[in-house]
Amino acid sequence: MKRLLIIIVSILAISVGLYVSIDQLSKSQGITSDNTLNFYNWGDYLDPELITKFEQETDYRVSYETFDSNEAMYTKIEQGGTAYDLAVPSEYMIQRMIKEKMVIKLDHNKIKGLENINDLFLDQSFDPKNTYSIPYFWGTLGIIYNDKFLDKEEIKHWDDLWSPTLKNDVMLIDGAREVMGLSLNSLGYSLNTKDKNELKAAAEKLSTLTPNVKAIVADEIKMYMIQEESSVAVTFSGEAAEMLDQNENLHYVIPEEGSNLWFDNFVIPKTAKNKEAAYAFINFMLDPENAAQNAEYIGYSTPNEAAKKQLPLEITEDEQFYPSNQTLENLEVYDDLGKESIGVYNDLFLEFKMHRK
Amino acid sequence: MTKQSKLFYFIPYSLWLIFFVAAPLLLIFYQSFFTVEGQFTLANYQTYFESGTYLRMTVNSVWYAFLITVLTLLISYPTAYLLNKTKHKQLWLLLIILPTWINLLLKAYAFIGIFSINGSVNDFLLFIGIGRQQILFTDVSFLLVATYIEIPFMILPIFNALEELNPSYERASRDLGANGLDTFRRVVFPLTLNGVKSGIQAVFIPSLSLFMLTRLIGGNRVITLGTAIEQHFLVTQDWGMGSTIGVVLIVAMLLIMVLTGEKKKKERGHK
Repeated sequence: MKRLLIIIVSILAISVGLYVSIDQLSKSQGITSDNTLNFYNWGDYLDPELITKFEQETDYRVSYETFDSNEAMYTKIEQGGTAYDLAVPSEYMIQRMIKEKMVIKLDHNKIKGLENINDLFLDQSFDPKNTYSIPYFWGTLGIIYNDKFLDKEEIKHWDDLWSPTLKNDVMLIDGAREVMGLSLNSLGYSLNTKDKNELKAAAEKLSTLTPNVKAIVADEIKMYMIQEESSVAVTFSGEAAEMLDQNENLHYVIPEEGSNLWFDNFVIPKTAKNKEAAYAFINFMLDPENAAQNAEYIGYSTPNEAAKKQLPLEITEDEQFYPSNQTLENLEVYDDLGKESIGVYNDLFLEFKMHRK
Repeated sequence: MTKQSKLFYFIPYSLWLIFFVAAPLLLIFYQSFFTVEGQFTLANYQTYFESGTYLRMTVNSVWYAFLITVLTLLISYPTAYLLNKTKHKQLWLLLIILPTWINLLLKAYAFIGIFSINGSVNDFLLFIGIGRQQILFTDVSFLLVATYIEIPFMILPIFNALEELNPSYERASRDLGANGLDTFRRVVFPLTLNGVKSGIQAVFIPSLSLFMLTRLIGGNRVITLGTAIEQHFLVTQDWGMGSTIGVVLIVAMLLIMVLTGEKKKKERGHK
C-alpha cells in the first residue's frame, strides 16, 4: 500500500517536473503563443527554406507539424489538443469543416495578393467566394504509365485501361470516389452523379475491368511504379510528380474527357490563437516569388498565376501538370455528396473489389 | 492484507476491464443499431444478411482464415514436436518467437521486396530457368505471408503442451507394444490436443479480420470483413454498418471459443 503510494506520487512528481522544464525550455527559446504560428501541413509539402525566410521577415516563429491524411488532420483539430493557427485540408474536407463550423470566416481585408491566383481556382463549389479558404496547391487524378512497356498513343483515355493488352497490369488507387469516378468519366457522366442508373452503368463497366486489375493499393503505388512492378497505374498528380522524379520512363496523362480536380487550401481552424500570424503566413505564400520557389521545390501545380510566370518554361509548359485550358474545363471537383450517396459509391466499390478474376 | 486494501488493488484492474473491454464491446453493439442519420434501426443487420456482397465476404474471410489455420497447424505441430526433442530447446524456441518482436508492417514490407517482380524470389526463378512470375497480389503469396506471421502463435501453445507431457507415458506406451505411430496417434496427440486447440484459437480469430495484409500483399484482390469495416469507419463514416460487421465477427469468434473450449471441460469430467 505504502509502496504503491510512493510510486504514484513519484510518477506524478516526474510528470510535473518534465512539464515545468519543457515550459522553461520553450520560454528560453523565445517561443510563446503570442509570436508562434502553429502550422499544420501535409508531410513534405513546403520548402523548409521558406519557413526560415518567413521567420526572418516577420517576428513570428513557426511551429511546424505534419499529417498524412485529411481524416487524421480532422480528428486532431476536432479534439483540439494543439491550437493550430493554420491548416491545409483538401476540398471535400474543407466543405465538411465549414459545415461543422470548424473553420473561421476569413477577413479578406487582411489578405493581400489574392489577385495573383488564377480565377479558375477561385470561387469553387466547396467554398463559394473563398469565404473560408485560400488555394495552396491543386492537382488532378490521372494515369501514370511506363514507356518501356507501352507506347504514348496507347494510353490517352480512361477507356484505354480496358485494353486487352493490359491484362493483369493495371494498379488502381484504393478510393471509392476515384475508381467509380474514372468509370463514370469514361461513360461521359459527371463524377458527382447521384443518378442510380448512371452509377449502375458505371459499376457494370467497372466489373469488366477486373481482368486487367493487378492490385488496388494506396501509397504503395509510388514504390511499385518506380520499381516497374506494373506498367500502368491510376494515381494523383502529386504522387505522379514524385514518381517521375525517380524513374524517367514514367509519364503522367490526364484523360481529356474528364477527371478529378483537387485542391489543398489554407484554412484557419476555429481553435486558432494567433490569427494575425496565420494571415501573415497566407500573405507570405501568396507572394509570387515565394509561391514560385515553393512550387519548384515541391513539384505540385501552383494556382498562383503570377508565380507560374516566374517558373521555368519547362515546368509550366508541361501538360502533365499544367494541362491545357480545354482539359481543365472538363475537370470536376468532388462535391460532398452526403453520407448516403457516399455509401452507395462505397458499396459499389466494395462489390467491384469482390470480383474474382 | 485487509479486505479493504484488497478491494483497493482491484480498482485499477476492474476500471481497466470496464473501460477497455466491456465499454468498447457495448458501444459497438449499441452503434450497430443506428443508421448514418442516427436513427434507431435494425436495417443494418437486414442489409448484412440480405446483400450477397457481405455474405460472400464472410464466407471468404472464414475460408481464408481456415486455410491459414490448417497451414500453420501442419507446419507448427511437427516443428513443436521436433523442437521438444532437441537439446537446447529454449534457445530454438526463442529463435522462433523472435520474429514476433518485429512490427507486422515491417515484415509485410520486407515480403513486398522479396516477392516483387524484380525481387529475390523472381531472380531465383529466372536463374533456374522458370522465368519471372507474378507472385505478389495472388492467393498463394497472401496465404504464405499470413501463415508465416501466425506460426509462432501456434507453435507456442503446442510446444508447452508437449513439454508438460510426462515422458513416461510415451515410454509406457512403447513398453506395452505400441509402435511409434500408434504411440503418437493414441497417446501423444490426444494428450496435447488442448495445446492445439488454444493454438487454433490464437490463429483463427485474428486471421478472420486481417486487413493490412489483404491490401499490402493481396493488393485488395483478397477481401475479408476487415476491409469492409475499415472502409465503413474511415470512408463512408457509416459507423452503424461497420459496427454490425464487427458484431458478426465477435459472434463468430465466440462460437469458435465455445466450439474449441467446451470439450476441454468434458474431458476433465471423465478424468
